[in-house]
Amino acid sequence: MTPLAAATNENLAQISNYLVYSSMAVYTLAFLAHIAEWIFGSRSKVGRTAAALTATQAAGAGAPAVRVRATRAGGGTAVLDRPKVVTRSAAGTRDVPDGPGAAGGTEQGDLYGRIAISLTALAFLIEAAGVVARAASVQRAPWGNMYEFSLTFSTVAVGAYLALLALKKNVRWLGLILVTTVLLDLGIAVTWLYTDSDQLVPALHSYWLWIHVSTAIFCGAVFYIGAAGAVLYLFRDSYEAKLAGGGKPGRFATSVLERFPSAASLDKFSYRVNAAVFPLWTFTIIAGAIWAGDAWGRYWGWDPKEVWSFVTWVAYACYLHARATAGWKGRKAAYLALFAFACWIWNYYGVNILLNGKHSYAGI
Amino acid sequence: MSTTDNAPTEAPRSEDSAEAAAQADAHAQADANAQADARAEAAAGAQLSTAPLDDSPADPVGIGVFGWVRWFWRQLTSMRVALILLFLLSLGSIPGSLIPQTQVDELKVAAWKQEHASWVGIAEKLQLFDVYSSVWFSAIYILLFVSLIGCILPRSWQFVGQLRDRPPAAPKRLDRLPAYTTWRTEKSPDEVLTHARTLLGGRRFRTEAAGSSVASEKGYLREAGNLAFHIALIVMLVAFAWGQLFKSEGGKLVLRGKGFSNTLTQYDDFKPGGLFNSDDLPPFSFTLDKFDATFEKSGPQKGTPRDFKAYVTLSEGVDGTPQKREIEVNTPLEVEGSKVYLLGHGYAPVISVTDPNGKVIFKDAVPMLPQDANLTSSGAVKVTDGYKDKNGKKEQLGFNAWFVPTYAGEGKGTMFSQFPELDFPVLALNAYHGSLGVDSGLPQNVYQLDTSKMEKFTDENGELFKRKLLPGETMSLPDGAGTVKFEGIERWATFSVTHQPGSGLALAGAIAAIGGLAASLFIQRRRIWVRAVTGPDGVTVVEMAGLGRSESARLPEELTVLAEALHRQAPSAASAPPVEAPPVEAPPVEAPPVEEPAEVEVEGERG
Ligand code: HEM
Repeated sequence: MTPLAAATNENLAQISNYLVYSSMAVYTLAFLAHIAEWIFGSRSKVGRTAAALTATQAAGAGAPAVRVRATRAGGGTAVLDRPKVVTRSAAGTRDVPDGPGAAGGTEQGDLYGRIAISLTALAFLIEAAGVVARAASVQRAPWGNMYEFSLTFSTVAVGAYLALLALKKNVRWLGLILVTTVLLDLGIAVTWLYTDSDQLVPALHSYWLWIHVSTAIFCGAVFYIGAAGAVLYLFRDSYEAKLAGGGKPGRFATSVLERFPSAASLDKFSYRVNAAVFPLWTFTIIAGAIWAGDAWGRYWGWDPKEVWSFVTWVAYACYLHARATAGWKGRKAAYLALFAFACWIWNYYGVNILLNGKHSYAGI
Repeated sequence: MSTTDNAPTEAPRSEDSAEAAAQADAHAQADANAQADARAEAAAGAQLSTAPLDDSPADPVGIGVFGWVRWFWRQLTSMRVALILLFLLSLGSIPGSLIPQTQVDELKVAAWKQEHASWVGIAEKLQLFDVYSSVWFSAIYILLFVSLIGCILPRSWQFVGQLRDRPPAAPKRLDRLPAYTTWRTEKSPDEVLTHARTLLGGRRFRTEAAGSSVASEKGYLREAGNLAFHIALIVMLVAFAWGQLFKSEGGKLVLRGKGFSNTLTQYDDFKPGGLFNSDDLPPFSFTLDKFDATFEKSGPQKGTPRDFKAYVTLSEGVDGTPQKREIEVNTPLEVEGSKVYLLGHGYAPVISVTDPNGKVIFKDAVPMLPQDANLTSSGAVKVTDGYKDKNGKKEQLGFNAWFVPTYAGEGKGTMFSQFPELDFPVLALNAYHGSLGVDSGLPQNVYQLDTSKMEKFTDENGELFKRKLLPGETMSLPDGAGTVKFEGIERWATFSVTHQPGSGLALAGAIAAIGGLAASLFIQRRRIWVRAVTGPDGVTVVEMAGLGRSESARLPEELTVLAEALHRQAPSAASAPPVEAPPVEAPPVEAPPVEEPAEVEVEGERG
């Protein structure tokens, strides 16, 4: 490498660092805006969940039969301009509407929520630019060590969240949690994991790096979103169960949990997200095995990283199975999903830092 | 019931006993309704999947051994046990990542045993150093795969049967299904049903007309994908087992300019699979012409390797034509079904030894084993033959050797290398004479000197004789016992030659598994029914409903699209007579209920 090129690269690395710090500042603003959203939202006393649950109880579980909206055109005649599909949940599940979201239907809360999302989008762009600058500075895929993984990891998680928002999916409830953990992830990355930008050891010189590591990071980021859904599902579910059983959850719990989507929606969200990435995770492991076959002469050798990828995979397979088995739906399945995600996190932090195997050059 | 009163509602309900009784009635009614719902759905959803129902019998049925066997088999192939076994498999793999494995790294196992001496007994009993070939781990996955086969075979048969079946007839009450819509039209029922069939058929639903309704079903690929996925798992396991049994893996250190030919005796170490036959080694040979390694010259990662490349001349077959090839870390050389990997590299100082008469009795490149990333290396020079001391007595010579490619400089620290390239190579030697112990028949580590039967050469102070040499320098052993010359430096590279059958099959299985999985998770199997009957007022009532098994139900959206398409063919009647909400068990012929615009828009979930 010529000295000149080396200097530009150092400059780029420096720029990347500035970008990362700036994105952290903007994420912090987004965090504050989300907090404002939640605080303003708490002023509205929605009480919808409680009302819905008790109404259901009073009328009996079978009551919300099919209803069709009809436009009455006077004289008792109805003109149906287009058929309207009505849906009902399976027998035996709670019929609870989704909460109104963090803003609780208040205008001010909603405004802060929108500000928070705009700031998140801005921070995302800055962070993504930081990742690109880092890649340019090392002239390779920016996935050579844990600092770079963590950076890409949170970028992808936020990107996925923004994409879901853009697709008009009901994910606004995720905002505060996501921004908080992204700040945590970036904080850990810049304080403990920081590594000067540099090139790779020969074993990492392979186009499989692009394939295997990028999908691994993507899967992790999306699994994280699924896990966040599962955790919230557990809280919201016990809240609903308490209400349905006639209990009275604490004021804080009510104020917060009431604004989240219903347990059924959260459960379904978590399942869909996890199920959607599971095939990609399968692919990631297989791609890793092919790469290992090329680099080390065996495609599967029970290296700690391989073991934990396998454990994670089996745990997610377990979760999907649980969902297909009647007795294991709901909370038990959610625990499995969290166990699986815990395995993923351990595979990332624990195996990289504490156990050493052939993958350890992915070090700090 | 009384619990209801505690619920925080905005309008507190009265404690009135009459109302409580009414509520109780409502509940009884609701339960009955719920049961009716469940039954109706079960019928409509019959055979929508081949998943076994989770109703494994609690007790053995029948008498004697056969009853038990059958009970055991039922248990084993139930979804619940599959789930438990899967969970056990994930838990069971964990210890192998925390405790070193013989299969992966024997040296680490030895180190662990030393550190945790008191645990060794238990760990060995539990086969914790060989988790992945242990009895208990094997038991888990063998049971799982027996369960899998026992589950897959009947499901495959069932599926073949389902492929030939027609979609089941419309349930009586379509409005009890998870997605439902209805409207009234001037078209005749026959026209509506014909349109419906064309519409559904055009969207590749399998349709079946029966009486006043059309039944249709789509998404068989989901089931096919699911079966393919599980079968692919079996294929992968078989491929893996096959590979383990018939594989071979050998290591060889090759000096620059030297060669290797693929026979058992040439290997430094060799690990065959259980059923490997050494005649299976394909004949080929190569010589190492050149080895390139480049390292980071500066910066915080100074010394980190950047590139390794071995240039070889390969001859395939017994006496094939030589051809030039390159081997890099990520690109093994493929030859006759075997792969040659570049694993490591290092230096081999060339050393010559003369006896007291000045006769050269030893001249060789002696490979040294790297100890750190900067290639500080250690080894042993063993002169086994040809040496006679001053008195003409036959003896052997041995030298402990350390080699650093880049020495820090005299007085600047220890014999630790500063950089992996040959910037300031220095060789340090300690000299011994006596018996090397190589004739004892015990295998010896070539990188270590066994000094138990040797005597030190001593310097003028009576200490062990040691010297540091630069390339080209010669040292004289004390008392004219001979000389040792550091002639120069050679390079070596280690190669691993592996032969692993079954990897193609494993790859095919893996690809099929991903495909099957994607089909199984992203495709929904669902049924749509359309019913059209003439109402009491002569206007046709159209009803459409859908049912799916999969959880990610886009069913309502799909039903909306279909309903709109059908509605274009059979538009709503201009007017409708006043209608009443139907009684609970209303026959399907009834006009649809019209209520105040209060809808429940809860997305239906079916499991
Ligand atoms: C090596 C072990 C196994 C793995 C990794 C595995 C993995 C999976 C996965 C990931 C799914 C989700 C796909 C979907 O939801 O359609 C699934 C579904 C399923 N598995 Fe397995 N499985 C294993 C063993 C078994 C066994 C032993 C049985 C039978 C007892 C079984 C029966 C099923 C059934 C019936 C479904 C489909 C459920 C449905 O239709 O929703 N699996 N499996």
